Amino acid sequence: MALERSDVEKVAHLARLKIEDNDIPEYTRNLSSILELVNQMQSVDIEGTDPLAHPLDATQRLRHDEVTESNQREHFQQNAPATEAGLFLVPKVIE
Amino acid sequence: MEWEAVIGLEIHVQLATQSKIFSGASIAFGSEPNTQACAIDLGLPGILPVLNESAVEMAVKFGLGVEAEIGMKSVFERKNYFYPDLPKGYQTTQNDLPIVGTGIIEVEPEEGKIRQIRIHHAHLEEDAGKSLHETYTDDHGRGMTGIDLNRAGTPLLEIVSEPDIRSAKEAIAYIKAIHSIVTYLGISDGNMAEGSMRCDANVSVRPKGQEEYGTRAEVKNINSFKFIEKAINHEIERQIELIEDGGRVKQETRLYDSEKNETRPMRSKEEANDYRYFPCPDLLPVELDEAYIEHIRSEMPELPKQKKQRFIDELGLSSYDAGVLSATRPMAEYFEQVKDRCNDAKLAANWVMGELAGQLNKEGLDIENSPVSAQQLGDLVARVMDNTINGKAAKQVFAALWAGEGATADDIIDAKGLKQVTDTGAIAAVVDEVLASNPQQVEQYQAAPEDKRGKMVGFFVGQVMKASKGTANPQMVNQLLKEKLG
Repeated sequence: MALERSDVEKVAHLARLKIEDNDIPEYTRNLSSILELVNQMQSVDIEGTDPLAHPLDATQRLRHDEVTESNQREHFQQNAPATEAGLFLVPKVIE
Repeated sequence: MEWEAVIGLEIHVQLATQSKIFSGASIAFGSEPNTQACAIDLGLPGILPVLNESAVEMAVKFGLGVEAEIGMKSVFERKNYFYPDLPKGYQTTQNDLPIVGTGIIEVEPEEGKIRQIRIHHAHLEEDAGKSLHETYTDDHGRGMTGIDLNRAGTPLLEIVSEPDIRSAKEAIAYIKAIHSIVTYLGISDGNMAEGSMRCDANVSVRPKGQEEYGTRAEVKNINSFKFIEKAINHEIERQIELIEDGGRVKQETRLYDSEKNETRPMRSKEEANDYRYFPCPDLLPVELDEAYIEHIRSEMPELPKQKKQRFIDELGLSSYDAGVLSATRPMAEYFEQVKDRCNDAKLAANWVMGELAGQLNKEGLDIENSPVSAQQLGDLVARVMDNTINGKAAKQVFAALWAGEGATADDIIDAKGLKQVTDTGAIAAVVDEVLASNPQQVEQYQAAPEDKRGKMVGFFVGQVMKASKGTANPQMVNQLLKEKLG
């Protein structure tokens, strides 16, 4: 399955990746060959095989429902570029 | 042309756990921003989510409550999108293998009209944080959005209905039924004002009789019973008008604005809504066994549907009364306490649905906040039953209890001297007095033809009741008046 330039642009937008215009042809080629690999796998007969959700042969352990975490806001917000009144500040999101 | 609406609802129910779905941070409402957001909720590198056992148990309880298949193996997936209140860049949710499969809910949108609404599935997921679009600015004066991640990671059960709902009224009945089930089960506080139940509606219209569905729009942001009905009705009207004017409904997400009572399109990110779901590598499949399910089943409380049936079968209430009294857990508990106290289900039902509900409604109170307790009301009803007071005095006692003028009905009856007078001599004395001081009315009465008299006697009854401060037994007053007036 050959991708178009516009497919690569769309995927980059969804992943919020900024890519250079002159890199797009290469990404298009590389991603197309990954899809070819997937196509090849699609041809395998999987009749009677359950979908695999996880490679480990184990199931999820559960934790008791209790509060074990304390307030570490100050600690965590040391990394934040901007905070105010206990909030993380990010560039304005307009809805 | 006659149109028919087709509605499907997605209801997000916040589960009443102590801690978050994948972390040990608290989910208490109303704390200082970001004081309940731990490393896992913030999506910091190196974290590992671990699933909360209560969230699983609550989801299973819900599944059993709506007669659904339980997903014996369910899988968490990542739903990828970017928004600042979702720091990981994905929401951990369930998609292909949810914990609750297809189920069914019976609703009664109007008396005697039973509708079955199918549930497509229900799945566990985490909530996102909150964005505060206020007036924050950075050092250069540029507008900033504030992010509070306390809510991030709060466990949600998303309940998805089939498009079986045909009107806003049915939608309300369905939501109330869900609300009732989750609060009966104690898996959510159901507090809509605090966002414990949030609702999105998929709405489309089609010419009546047409099999095929129309194009649907999703209406978001409808978070109170009052607005859900308005928002859905508004959207139905908008779509019908649009089509009748030759337009087409666009598949889009619309926000409901309760102040303007309108829906409007959200900034269009429809084409970007490719969530690229894949199984979450940090979480293993959740497997349940029959013993676990049976254990939960054995601990299930009586649900509204069963309670209603019991009220009909054992207490002899009408289907309607039984429905109203079993609709919410606080209502049912209140009614049952009153009934146990006075031992008469019908009279208890009348008082709870009549005087009490009316007064609560008038003052905008929930039954949980009733100034008159179930014990107080039960004792009051018992005094009506044993003829200590008449119906009129009972209303006075109720009003006094409501106003906090006494601790018990008996205290108030004594203090106000409301004990019913059943002594014939005493009542006769008051009747004589009333007749003596109203000679003109007596004359009119006696001159009136027989068929008019019934109505005229009401005047004298009123005067006697007034003179006895409402304590005379009304039947006896009537009897004595008829005798004395001839």
